[in-house]
Amino acid sequence: MDADKNFIVGVFDDEEVLLTGIEKVRGNGVKIHEVYSPFPVHGIDDALGYKRSRLPIAAFLFGMTGTSIALTMQIWMLGYDWPMIIGGKNFASLPPFIPVTFELTVLLSALGMVGTFFIVSDMKPYKWPRQFDIRSTDDKHIMAIDLAKNQSIDKTVLGKILKDAGASEVNEKNFE
Amino acid sequence: MQVSSSIRDPLITGGKTVKDVSHDISRHVENKPANLWYLAMAISVSLLAYGLYCVWMVLWNGIGMWGLNKTVGWAWDITNFVWWVGIGHAGTLISAILLLFRQKWRMSINRAAEAMTIFAVICAASFPLIHMGRLWLGFYWALPLPNAFGSLWVNFNSPLLWDVFAISTYFTVSLVFWYIGLIPDFAVIRDRAVVQGNNLRAAIYNALSFGWQGGAKTWMRYESVALILAGLSTPLVLSVHTIVSMDFATSVIPGWHTTIFPPYFVAGAIFSGFAMVLTLLIVTRRVFKLEDYITIYHIELMNIIIIVTGSIVGIAYITELFIAWYSGVEYEGYAFYNRVSGPYAWAYWSMMTCNVISPQLFWVKKIRTSIVATFVLSIVVNIGMWFERFVIIVTSLHRDYVPSSWTMFHPTMYDIGEYLFTFGLFFTAFFLFAKFFPVINMAEVKSIVKSSSEKTNQDASH
Repeated sequence: MDADKNFIVGVFDDEEVLLTGIEKVRGNGVKIHEVYSPFPVHGIDDALGYKRSRLPIAAFLFGMTGTSIALTMQIWMLGYDWPMIIGGKNFASLPPFIPVTFELTVLLSALGMVGTFFIVSDMKPYKWPRQFDIRSTDDKHIMAIDLAKNQSIDKTVLGKILKDAGASEVNEKNFE
Repeated sequence: MQVSSSIRDPLITGGKTVKDVSHDISRHVENKPANLWYLAMAISVSLLAYGLYCVWMVLWNGIGMWGLNKTVGWAWDITNFVWWVGIGHAGTLISAILLLFRQKWRMSINRAAEAMTIFAVICAASFPLIHMGRLWLGFYWALPLPNAFGSLWVNFNSPLLWDVFAISTYFTVSLVFWYIGLIPDFAVIRDRAVVQGNNLRAAIYNALSFGWQGGAKTWMRYESVALILAGLSTPLVLSVHTIVSMDFATSVIPGWHTTIFPPYFVAGAIFSGFAMVLTLLIVTRRVFKLEDYITIYHIELMNIIIIVTGSIVGIAYITELFIAWYSGVEYEGYAFYNRVSGPYAWAYWSMMTCNVISPQLFWVKKIRTSIVATFVLSIVVNIGMWFERFVIIVTSLHRDYVPSSWTMFHPTMYDIGEYLFTFGLFFTAFFLFAKFFPVINMAEVKSIVKSSSEKTNQDASH
């Protein structure tokens, strides 16, 4: 059986049932492919055993890039390339350079982080997502289980585990 | 799990379910707009067209078309610029600062408030660009790009240049923040379009949603992105109006050369921004029948912020007057004496009445929970905040150091026309947004439907 093709899908109506349901399903040794929700459910990342996102690190690094670019640019332009006497002050004095440095730090940090988010989450305008259940953006929480990765457990048993965990419906979904 | 105290008023009324949220918000995008919407669009587009004519005349003939003279070299253009930038601040405050403080009442109003921010910043930016005379060269002149004069670089010591960076960063980051919030909601409309069999709409909204799927891992990253954007936007929004105030505060003009300008401008910005959010949302909730999502409780909370920021602004006015006297500087003293009792005293006292006295009415619970009173006062506050900038700018300039240069400022139809242009632009953009984009953040509201609805609160009190 090929991986990522044949799924069994549990539909949950309520986020609290879902959270306890995830623990029950994983407690039975089932590997969950992913859970799709219409809104962020708090605690779901712990329940699924996901590690914390490293996007804050990306944001920090992009921000530092912005700081360095801004300071280098301003000191080089006004301090070395074309020094100008403004109010008899030093050519390259730090305090007036702070506002632009701050703004570029924020700008690069925000754009860099959001760009990274799109790339790591594989989001792009021309991509049509593979939907396990069309209601997952409306009001249902959808738990997808890859049959190929859970071959030790029988399909009917998987369905029963999902029902016991609180799923209101259990469907099969096959992608070509 | 989210818990809210049973003594708090519910944030969502009418016993809504998660499915109701999708339906109530998406149907405005899916259905044909009401006749009222066409009427509102017609008025906005006419204003925009007339405004564009005035802008064209100014660009063709030069800014001599404005009422500026040798003494008053800055007047309506910069007044309108500061006014619009200030209005934008409420959107970021609601979406970023209230997110950091975990204020759930932001969720019904943040989408429209952020849209307002973006359109207000566009309106604001149009004034300095037009003031350059040749706005198509604006980017070339204002950004540090290599040029044929040396390169002669821009002056990083100038607060006007800081403004260029502040406003463009603010615009970009606000746009990104707003768009990130829209992505899951575009996916809701896409999936509803698939069910309804509308393939074109499904394709458009899928592209807009970047193929959003809503997996737990993506949501986790998404929340992390939203939190950091909020953390970045908070100092950013404070920096923007600080830098705008430095356009004045770093000069040596009596009446401008004031160290309290940054906090005073930021408070004033939030004050006027909340007033504009109220003006827009009171109309939006009525037209789109969103009374269950934007409740009287939301309006009351916004009115409380208006009391707080309005009082800060009032204290700042009084502090300015006191320091002008207490410092013993004649020029400073005269600038304020002239504001209070000179030829522009009518503008000063309009400002005082609208900004200091009128928000104090909100101490009365009956007034701050009344839709009509809030709507009227929100417009009064924005008139007052326009006068504040006019008073600061024009009254400080019109009495020059040399009495032979003393003069008055009289706006021409092009000053007025360009102000109307920004109104046309702002409302056209806002009505388009209200038609084609979900006006309430569905994903966020869905996450609190269960914990903060009327029904849950009733259950808790039993």
